[in-house]
This record gives sequence, structure tokens and C-alpha cells, in this order.
Amino acid sequence: MSTIKVDQVSKLYRATSRSGGLTPALRKVSFELPPGEVIALIGESGSGKTTIGKILLRLVQPTSGTVTFDGKDIATYSQRGLREYYRQVQGVFQDPFSSYNPIYRADRVFDMVRDVYFKGVSDSDWSARIEAALDAVALNPGDVLGKYPHQLSGGQQQRLLIARALLLDVKVLIADEIISMLDASTRVDVLNLLVKLKRQGLAILFITHDLSLGNYVSDRTIILRHGAIVEMGGTEKIFGNPQHEYTKMLLSAVPELHKKWQHSPLGPVAVVANGAAVAGQTIDGGPNVPVATALTQASLVDELTHAEQVVKRDLRAVLGGTRAVASGKSQVAMALEPPTLREFEPDHLVADPE
Amino acid sequence: MSESKAAAMPAPIGTVPVGPIGGTTVGRKHNDFIYYGLRNKKLIFGLGLELLLVLFAIIGPMIAKYGPQDFTGAQLQHPNGTYWLGTNTLGQDIFSQLANGIRESYLIGALGAVSAAVVGMALGFTAGWRGGILDEILQMITNIIVMLPSLVLLVVIGSYMTSKSILFEGIFIGLTTWPWVARAVRAQTFSLRSREFVEMAKLSGKRPVQIIVKDIAPNMASYLFLVVILLFGSSMLIAASYDFLGLGPTGTVSLGTMMNQAQSEAALLYHEWWWFIPPGAVLTAMVVALLVANVGLDEIFNPKLREQ
Amino acid sequence: MSVNVANLSVAYRSRRGDVTAVDNVSFTLADGEIMGLAGESGSGKSTLGNALIYLDQRMKATGGTVTVDGRELPIADTRAMRPLRMTEVSLVPQYAMSALTPTRKIGQLITDLLKSHHVKDTREVLTEMQRRLELIGLTEGVLSKYSFELSGGMRQRVTIIMSTLLNPSLLIADEVTSALDVSTQRAVGEMLLEFRDRGYVKSVIAITHDLSILAQVADSIAIMYAGRLAEKASTEAIVNEPLHPYTQALIASLPEVGVRADQVTLTGIPGRPPSLADPPPGCRFRDRCPFAFDRCTQTPPFEEIKPGHHVACWKVSQERAAASGRPVVGQAAAEHAV
Repeated sequence: MSTIKVDQVSKLYRATSRSGGLTPALRKVSFELPPGEVIALIGESGSGKTTIGKILLRLVQPTSGTVTFDGKDIATYSQRGLREYYRQVQGVFQDPFSSYNPIYRADRVFDMVRDVYFKGVSDSDWSARIEAALDAVALNPGDVLGKYPHQLSGGQQQRLLIARALLLDVKVLIADEIISMLDASTRVDVLNLLVKLKRQGLAILFITHDLSLGNYVSDRTIILRHGAIVEMGGTEKIFGNPQHEYTKMLLSAVPELHKKWQHSPLGPVAVVANGAAVAGQTIDGGPNVPVATALTQASLVDELTHAEQVVKRDLRAVLGGTRAVASGKSQVAMALEPPTLREFEPDHLVADPE
Repeated sequence: MSESKAAAMPAPIGTVPVGPIGGTTVGRKHNDFIYYGLRNKKLIFGLGLELLLVLFAIIGPMIAKYGPQDFTGAQLQHPNGTYWLGTNTLGQDIFSQLANGIRESYLIGALGAVSAAVVGMALGFTAGWRGGILDEILQMITNIIVMLPSLVLLVVIGSYMTSKSILFEGIFIGLTTWPWVARAVRAQTFSLRSREFVEMAKLSGKRPVQIIVKDIAPNMASYLFLVVILLFGSSMLIAASYDFLGLGPTGTVSLGTMMNQAQSEAALLYHEWWWFIPPGAVLTAMVVALLVANVGLDEIFNPKLREQ
Repeated sequence: MSVNVANLSVAYRSRRGDVTAVDNVSFTLADGEIMGLAGESGSGKSTLGNALIYLDQRMKATGGTVTVDGRELPIADTRAMRPLRMTEVSLVPQYAMSALTPTRKIGQLITDLLKSHHVKDTREVLTEMQRRLELIGLTEGVLSKYSFELSGGMRQRVTIIMSTLLNPSLLIADEVTSALDVSTQRAVGEMLLEFRDRGYVKSVIAITHDLSILAQVADSIAIMYAGRLAEKASTEAIVNEPLHPYTQALIASLPEVGVRADQVTLTGIPGRPPSLADPPPGCRFRDRCPFAFDRCTQTPPFEEIKPGHHVACWKVSQERAAASGRPVVGQAAAEHAV
């Protein structure tokens, strides 16, 4: 069936700014997106969630691992095969305005699709298709056709891009943070549209950093952190009974309307990364300087050093710490090892602590 | 149902949000350019002057009484009723030479600009789009051309040719000045190719050439426009300097050759101002008008430079 | 100490004439109060916040006054405002974390800032700054780093420290949590609370579109729509008993964690905000309001419906009048005006 299967996909970047040399953006990520299912891919910045989206859309090549669609490796597509792939798998991105070439009218995105995929179609037939697609996304043709992108609101721009995907009759939609730049009043409309499309059989990879959105719309959830999956399973199980420390931390940090942030009255906390303890910082500034909450500290140290620690420590251990960073396959392979996923309960996998 | 309500609501169509709101005013460019263009003094002055000179280049040779190389028999005449700008030591009518020379200069300018633009853009787009090894190779080629002493090259090649035409000179200039076009185009292409609308085009199954022509180049249109203008001006100047050195096309008279002859006959020493001032002044005007218009265009395309 | 904004209007110069981005806005901030200024894009909230500290060439104050501690802020006079910036009123601009100069180290940026404000005793200020850095868990090492070496969250925290270094009375924080991850959002939110509690700033205006962050951090919330204030009340009141239809719709559109699509369908607000260049007469939310009636063609007054709870809505005014038997404010005048 038209399932997307991600198998041990890794992506390594050669970092130029910070010392370290290699940044693992993705570490052996594996999951499946079957037809008609919505998966929320949740992660913070640096988690690799956008990279996965681009790899699935073949805009970026993975360093290792394979992505198969209908059993066929998407890296092996010919030019025509790729075009056929895009007929079934499409993407919508975070900034709706940037997806339009500002010097052309917004509906040019439809014309581009027509040029490639609907060459022989008559004008009247094409108009009918456009109307149907716009109707499916609740846009009034008179409001959006013939306009320039800047004349449309963010919500209209985003829905127009979804309509474009519907013109192609896609089976899979990669939605990369499509809600975050929209205003509160239009967010819900696009969100409800996704729910409607899901009920009509569209599979969606809903990439987001916003847990409440992920919870609202998805059947299954993947929590991504620093390129590796730390928890994965049915959405209700993940949100109702989170097991991994990172997931719990994320859930506790979400600001809610009717519940204040819980404060855990702890002292300094040592954060462990890949077996090496990262010094839990003690703040000793004097009687008037309290210890920052455990949460603040954990997140600070976490975001600062985790990825670097992972790669540097492993590479250093292998090379003995004297030579410059090399890129031999075995060292790289070690750096890419993600934590092992274990089954906590059916349809609920949790990674070992790193 | 909120969705059907949205369809029924008369949204304020056509009103453009103003002020510090998301949804920029980028697409308004077309009207903005015309609006500001008509009000920009530098652009109007520059283009206006250039237009006058072009008219002169068209009409001049038609109203000139003599051919540029005809000998009239009256040597070193001051400007008078018959010879509007006087004559030179050989008795050739300066005005006729001038009119013809302007036409030649414009032709060479156009040839040089077009050939430099074509080569530079082709290589620049290719290098910027593909990157990688192809980019490295093209950059190497670009650097080699930059380092070539074009004057020496012209001398060497010229010595093998019995006669040189305008076409030759124009294309030679084009082929030696394209590097900076290529570099600039490459840099812009690099930055544009990772934009999301380019990714959208890829996701629509478009091929690279289509994307470059339809999506990337038009977004650089203002810059490309400026590039062509500057190439035009510089080609004319380079041609004039070649002519001045005697390396220009044979058999024709251009502004550069006029200045060359004036100099070799010591016109300055002999106060024969009508010989060397007109070609120099006209050439200066042709180039300065373009540069002033270019500054004006910069202001139009770049809102931060506009006078309030 | 208190901040009192009275009938403030700010307009933009544009090619088509002046556009009023902030229309006759009035509110007060008590000492130590964190007020959230919420609204969607185009509501004027950013303009309002920025106008309190810096009016650039395109903007002009067309009416109203701003008083801090009884003294009027000369917001229209850029030069007169200069000595007050960072000392009385300070700003963390939107996208501040992207605006740090990449060619100077953080420590140098801070000393530059102090110099430009003619701070005499830099050593004492710098010592205080180090204590504050430690307070939020950043080490001194941050000072010798360049801005691109820090993560987004760290940069945001550094900019907040820089803006509050001279203990301003009023801090305007423009979308300080917007581009951040959830865990960093919490860290920054708690930082604002901590700084207020310790007196590093007296009052804060937190501009954002995110009501849930305000629910955590703010004492009161003011909702802006199309350049005007729609509602202002304590955070509990806004979250639990919103009165203005716009506020109610905003609250109804927020998905909370634990809410799934098959349980509850969220509702959006149909239509779009009006263009500020040519706004409709009367209540600007009228076109999208499910409760609009004929009175709404007149501008509703921003009146105090309950103690500390202001609303600009005819429906709400009428309901209160009916409940208490008093006439609606402005009703007599409105009836004369037709």
C-alpha cells in the first residue's frame, strides 16, 4: 500500500561555526506512516524534525538509511518516478508567504501543477477541479483567485497551498509547522481542515513543536530529541502516560490557560548525556541568589551541550583525544547511535535514557 | 459551521494591509516602481539625457552633410555655417564624425553588454544552481579570465587580423568583462535557490532550467537590469579607450578614434578645441547619464535609499 | 509607581495618508504589575508598546498622554526620551535575539550599551549583571561568546538581561517568547516573573499573541483589536469569564493539551480584521461578531463593567445596565446623535 517507511535514516552535517566538526541532525530514525494515519512529529529546535520532512520530500538526501514508498526506495527514482512520487506525496511549510514567488499571483501555484501534471486537461475541466479543491479547503474562489500573495491572509495562503496538494489528489501530506505562523483565529480553521482531510483518508505527517496541536489532531505521536526518537506510540498513550523524562519535561512546560506551571522544588540536577554525567551546576552566588529551578537548569544544559557532547565524547573516546576530528566511517557510526527503544506497552515505545 | 460562514462573509477584498503587519508589500513592486520612477529626479535626468543622445545618434548621420571620412578640402576650419563643428587636419567634418561616432559607440556598447550578459548569466546561474564541482570549475575559469590582461590580448589577436569590425570589438569586450556579472549572478542564485518557493517549484515537478528562468531570474530582475546598464556604459568606455590606442575597428570613425587623431595631431597644443572637446564631452555625457540613471534606479528598487 | 496611558493615539505615515494604528487607548498599570497586551497581527499591540519608548520617523503620536509616576513621558520628542530609555522605560524588541551584532562578543555589547547611556560606575553594574546571569543559570562564559554561538533561548535571555540592567521602571517585552521552544518559553517566562519579584523591573507590558503564556505570567491582560482596546481585566477574569465576544472567541479557539479532535471541535473566527487604513465606523469587530446589533454602528466606550474589568462592547454595556438599572454610558448622547 502507499505506506511511507522510514528505515534507520541518519543525517550528518559538517558544522562550520562551532568546534566539533560533525553535527548529527538525525540519528537512525525509523517509523512508518500508513495510509490514512496522522502522526504528530514533535520536537524542539535542533531535534531534526524539519530535516525528516525534507528527506521525505526528497529535498534533502539522507547520509544513511532508506525511505521507501510503496516498497520502493525513493532515492532510486528517475526524473519521471520523482514526478509520480510528488503526485502522491506533497508538502506544506511553516511560512506560507515564502512558499509563493512574490512577483507572481498566488494561483500560479495551481498553474505550475497544471503545466506538469495536467497538460491535456481542458480549461473548463481545470476550473472545475480548482473549484472543487478550493471548496474542500473552504476558500471562496472569488476571494483568492487572481490575487497576489500579499493580498491574502496567512490562513488563506496556507489553505491555498493545501488546495494545491489536493489538486494532485495526494495520499500523504507532510505538514511542517504549518500552524505556527498563523493568527489564533485562522489556526483553528486550518487545523479543522486537517482533521476533515484525515477523516477522508489523507495520511499526514504533522511536524510541530506545539504539543497541544499535536494532541488535537494526531493518531500517533513521535517525540524527537536531538535527532533521535525518545518516545513513540498512540497519541493518547503518550500524552496520558508519558514515560520518558524529556516527554514529561515538555508536557510540564506547556503553558495552559487554566493551570499554572508546576514547580518542582529541587536543587541542582545532574543531567546525564550518553553515559557521561554533565556537571549539574551549583549556583553559589551568595545568600540572595537562589538556585534556578531544576527545569530551567535541565533545559539549559540540555540545549547547550547535548548534541556536541554526544559526538565529541564518542569521537574523543575512539581517537584518544589527541587527533583532530576525523571522518572515518566507524567513528561516525558510533556517533550516530541513538538510544535503544523498548516497548513499554503495546504501541508505546520508550527510549533508554541517554 | 464556521467554514461556511467564512465563505459567506464579505471579506475586505482588495484592501492591502498597511503598517507593521505580516504580509509584506513585496508584490506591490510593479506599481511602486512606476510611481517612484516617475518621481525620481536622477532617473528622469539620466534617462532623458541618454534619450537625447540616442536621438542624435539616429538623426545625426541623416542630417550630416558629409560622410565621416570624406575629405572636404577645407582643413582646420573653425565651426561655422558649413561645417558646424569645424574640420580636422585632413578636412573631415567633425560634426559628421561625431554623429557617426556616437552611433558606433552605442552599437559597441550594446554588443558588449549583450555578450557579457549572456555569458555571465549563463555561467552564473549554472554555478549558483548546481554548486559543487561544477561551481568550482566555473569559478576557476572566471578567475582566469579576470586575470587575463585584455589589452595585451587585444593587441596580440589584433595583430593577426587584417581588419577588425565593430562586431569583433563588441564581442571581444563582452568576452572579457563577463566575470563580474557571473560572480554577482552566482551569489544571488545561491541565496535564492534555498527559498521556499523554489522548493515548491521542485515539488511541482519543475525542472532546473524552468525554475531558474521562471522563478529565480525574475526575482533578480532589478539587479539584472542594473547590471546590463552598467555593462553598456563600461563597454562604451572600454571601446573608446581601445580606439584611442589605435586598437579599434578599422575603417570606421568612433569617438575614440576621433580623440586618438586629435591627440596625435596635437590638437590641444594648437587650441583646436572643436576637435577634441566634442567627442570627449559627448562620451562623458553618454556614460554619466547612464550612471546617474543607475543611481536613480537603485533608489527605486531599494526603499531605504529613497528620499522621503 | 504607576503607568497611566490616557487616550493615546499613534499613526503611521503612508503613501495613502495617515493610518491610525493605535486609536484612543487608555489603561493603567500598577506598581509591580505585569500586564499582557494580547492581540493578533495588525491589532496595533506592537505599535502601542513601541510608541511608549521610541517613535521612529514614520510614526507620530496624534493624541493622548503617557505618565509614569506622575511625570509625563515625552514620547513625541525623541531627544527628550533618550535619557529615559533603558533607565525609566526599556524595551526588548521583537526579534531581538536575531538582532545582536554578530561581530562583537556579548560582553563587549554590554559595555557598549552602558557607554552609550553614560553610565558612570560600570564596575558595579557589571557585577550586578554577573549575579543576574547566574540567577538564570548562564555562566560568565556567555560574555566571551559571540551571539551566533548561543542558542536562541540563551540569546533571548541575554537580551532581557541587557534591557533590564539599569533597573527600568517599565519594561516592554515584545513577543519575547514567540520564537522559542516550549521549555525555553517557560524559562523566559519565569525569568520575567523572577525579575519583577526582585525589583529589577517595576512593571512589565508583555506583548504577545499567545494567551496561554500570559495566563502563566501576567497579572492582567488587555486585548487589542484593530487598534483599539476590546477588554482589559485581571488574568483570571479574562481566562474564566471573558466578556467581549472577541475575547470569548479567542479563548474558544485555543487547543489545550489533552483535548482531541474527536472530543471537541474548536471554532475559529470567520472573516478578517478590518483594514486600518479605512476602518468601518463604530465597533470594529462588528462584521465578525455573532452578537452584533444596530447600536454597534457607533463606537462603544471602553467602560468599567466590573471593578478592574473594562470592556468596549454595547452588548456587555446593555446587559450590565439592565442588571443594575443604570443607563449605559453614552446612551443619552448616542440617542441624540441618531
